[in-house]
Amino acid sequence: MSEARQFKDHHREARLFFGRALFAGLVITVLTTLLVVRYYSLQVTHHEDYVTQSDRNRVHVLPIPPTRGLIYDRNGELLAENRASYTLSIVHERVDDLGRTLAVLAELVNIAPNDIEKFNDQLRQRRRPFDAVPLRYNLTEEEIARLAVNEFRLDGVEVHAQLVRHYTHGELFAHTIGYVGRISERELASFDEQEYQAYAGTHSIGKNGLERSYESDLLGEVGYQNVETNARGRVLRVLESGNPKPGKDLVLHLDTYLQEQALAALEGHRGAVVAIDVNTGGVLAAVSAPSFDANLFVTGISFKDYRELNQSRDLPLFNRFLQGQYPPGSTVKPIIGMAGLHYDIVTPSDTVYDPGFYRLANSSRVYRDWKRHGHGAKVDLKQAIAESCDTYFYDLGHKMGIDKMHAFGYQFGMGEKTGIDVPNERRGIWPSRDWKRGARGQPWYPGDNLNVAIGQGDVLATPMQLAVMTATLASKGVRYKPHMVASVGGQPVEPEVMQSVQVEETHWDAILGAMEEVVHGVRGTAQRIRRGADYRMAGKTGTAQVVAIAQGEEYDSEALSERNRDHALFVGFAPFENPQIAVAVLVENAESGSGAAAPVARKVFDAWLADKHHQHEGES
Amino acid sequence: MPHQDFLRRLPESERALRKRDRLQQRLHIDFWLLLLLFIITMGGLGVLFSASDQSLGTLKRQGIYFFIAYTAMFMVAQVPVHFMRRLAPWAYVAGVGLLIAVIFIGVGAKGAQRWLSLGGFRFQPSEFMKLAMPIAIAAYLGQRHLPPVFKHVFFTLVLVAIPVVLIIKQPDLGTSILVAASGLMVLFFAGLSWRYIFVAIGALLASLWPLWHFVLHDYQKKRVLTLLNPEADRLGAGWNIIQSKTAIGSGGVPGKGWLQGTQSHLDFLPEGHTDFIIAVLAEEFGLIGVLTLLGLYVLVVLRGLTIAIRAQDSFGRLLAASLTLTFFVYVFVNVGMVSGLLPVVGVPLPLVSQGGTSIVTLMTGFGILMAIATEPRKVIR
Repeated sequence: MSEARQFKDHHREARLFFGRALFAGLVITVLTTLLVVRYYSLQVTHHEDYVTQSDRNRVHVLPIPPTRGLIYDRNGELLAENRASYTLSIVHERVDDLGRTLAVLAELVNIAPNDIEKFNDQLRQRRRPFDAVPLRYNLTEEEIARLAVNEFRLDGVEVHAQLVRHYTHGELFAHTIGYVGRISERELASFDEQEYQAYAGTHSIGKNGLERSYESDLLGEVGYQNVETNARGRVLRVLESGNPKPGKDLVLHLDTYLQEQALAALEGHRGAVVAIDVNTGGVLAAVSAPSFDANLFVTGISFKDYRELNQSRDLPLFNRFLQGQYPPGSTVKPIIGMAGLHYDIVTPSDTVYDPGFYRLANSSRVYRDWKRHGHGAKVDLKQAIAESCDTYFYDLGHKMGIDKMHAFGYQFGMGEKTGIDVPNERRGIWPSRDWKRGARGQPWYPGDNLNVAIGQGDVLATPMQLAVMTATLASKGVRYKPHMVASVGGQPVEPEVMQSVQVEETHWDAILGAMEEVVHGVRGTAQRIRRGADYRMAGKTGTAQVVAIAQGEEYDSEALSERNRDHALFVGFAPFENPQIAVAVLVENAESGSGAAAPVARKVFDAWLADKHHQHEGES
Repeated sequence: MPHQDFLRRLPESERALRKRDRLQQRLHIDFWLLLLLFIITMGGLGVLFSASDQSLGTLKRQGIYFFIAYTAMFMVAQVPVHFMRRLAPWAYVAGVGLLIAVIFIGVGAKGAQRWLSLGGFRFQPSEFMKLAMPIAIAAYLGQRHLPPVFKHVFFTLVLVAIPVVLIIKQPDLGTSILVAASGLMVLFFAGLSWRYIFVAIGALLASLWPLWHFVLHDYQKKRVLTLLNPEADRLGAGWNIIQSKTAIGSGGVPGKGWLQGTQSHLDFLPEGHTDFIIAVLAEEFGLIGVLTLLGLYVLVVLRGLTIAIRAQDSFGRLLAASLTLTFFVYVFVNVGMVSGLLPVVGVPLPLVSQGGTSIVTLMTGFGILMAIATEPRKVIR
């Protein structure tokens, strides 16, 4: 029988369907139960976990960087400040296509290849997730406006005001205050967890100079802000915050006017000037010329600028007064002379015959005096210092020997770091038998004594060391640790005595008197600088050989290239009766300590002792 | 009929019941179903308002969709059931034709070609197929002896397979599964032998391996893998599920309060106003809100099954049951996928998610249900 003709059994079909419907109801019950269990598990069993997750989603802790401490000179003039600058940053995690975003940005604002290079460098460094990486600093008003208009297609791009370090005298204090720069990968890697926290939100760190040595004081304490953000990182509201503590301000001993005058006095020569307060060790001026604009380094120096500075023959990045090690030449004669008196090797009245050269017994080698025909038949200590007689000191050095010279000079800080509060100081060389055996692998020869006695040979000193030596002489034996900073956050930095040189009063008088004779004596090597001064000075000139002059040859300035000519030196202090300021001057390749270096010192003295009064009268 | 027995026992209530019945009959409305749907859609508008960041524009648009959908439901409810049965083959042929048209002149987005564009009006043939499929299969099987014999089962499978393959090609896995389900559901209710069912399930499991390696697109595989281990790709494929689970879980029992959901309002939750809207509900109204909504859905399904059981013939029974179960599948797939129980396949939450197409289709389906529920009594043939 064909199917079509067969009658349908409606009751049977309805029963069959009812069974299936019941089964469907069962399945629905089971599946619904499954859903309920699932939601119960999420919303009740694991509720706490998801609340945490949800809060972690929306709540972010934003660090608030502290304001970096300001730096003032001794008169309250602002030297390092923080300026608001608009910075364009990118939060990489929120950018879908970095290349495209950069391309869009390049249309809107001026982005140099160098900016992108630096940006990529920073991107590769270890960062906190969702940290904004700066791309461009110092946006102009117009650029900010253009970015604001295009904000909708720039997810993950942020413009915010940031305080950026600015040096009001970028070039004048580049070697003393130094500069801050972006935290480098190496610095970041060396941070411990605490430092890592401390620098949250801060992009720069002291790289050099006082900015580096007082970094922990200047930095301040980071604050925080708990903010609610949306998925794209926009901050919607602040939930909780803790204010940052600004860094401590520094007041320096440095005097801007004196610094300017010292720099001007060098008249464009390469060189260094250090002026120290005799009574505290405070550094009043520290010039290294030529210099550079410290502001270049703050937001990252361009490769081109850096190469220019780094490859310049004049070495503007080189800190001459702290890292420049020069033969001190005759400027060490006062302390050699003092050592002779102290160890009873000579008396002020003992004389030496100076034919213009000195020869050791059993040796054919001739040690020349700078003055071809000598200083006369009876040269005493005072004349020897005033006229810078080499022969006298050859004789004295020979008689005294290296051990005594070394021990005595060491008390004046020769061959030892001064301990100044600026990093990367060099220690110079104040030779001894041990030093020569260690460094040269040679024994001490008698001739070495003669070289040390006139500050040549292996002797090297930084201008800072020479200034400290001079200040120690001026204060009759009190050697202070030189320091730039007078107070940190209102707390004065107490002067620290490094050494007290014990020498009889009459010896001081003899040596200091001889140094006065250098300036005020008729035949003093620096007698030209006394003209017109209404105070008395003491000092010592020096000339340091850059290249060795062979036996039997004479120094011929014409034949030497400019860079091989002698360095000119002068150390001195003033006023003579009541010393206040000690100065060390070095002028590279200027040949004459009396002609080139001493006048610089005079101008510094004037600026401090004479102009100072006018300046203050003008202010009050 | 049990209904008549009931009336015989309570003669005094007969008039009142008759009156209500008559009103429902005359309007072709099932009051219970209408009430449930009304509660769900109105509540859904409230959730959508929050999920769309309090956008009145979205609310207005959804309101217009609801108006169209309710209108469609009322109109379809007026269509006599036997007329639907007669129309069934044509609807099926038209649906398949439209699906073929999509392949040639369809428009789409994100690599999928799903729409036909008719003078600015966009139409999704696969949506139409969601209704045409159960109608066609119910019409076909309703005329046969039940349970169906092998020949009819085979022919049914062919009828199901044609549009499903066309939809898979678009590609739209989620919809194809739902369309297939709506057809197969009819087969099940028609009394398909359990033997066939077990064999089919066995074959399905056996086909998983070739399916995985040869059929599924990479993005579909990725969805499955993401489901199995959403933590593996936190910012990419796993983001949706992690964020929606976070939204649901952080809601707790009472929820964070209406408009107070942080996950959704801070844009952590993607697709919060469309496929993932139940996460917004779960975050803001908590487990209480979820249970309430699920309860309403289950009541709708029970009402639908009741209508199916009371239907006058096999066509009505099969169609009503299939539409009802398909509706439940929507609910289950969506609610399951948002909570990480099922892969994310792109199925909206019925009647709540933003979007006109799905709502109009569903409500049209409920219109068919109402037509079946209010079909005039016939003498048994």
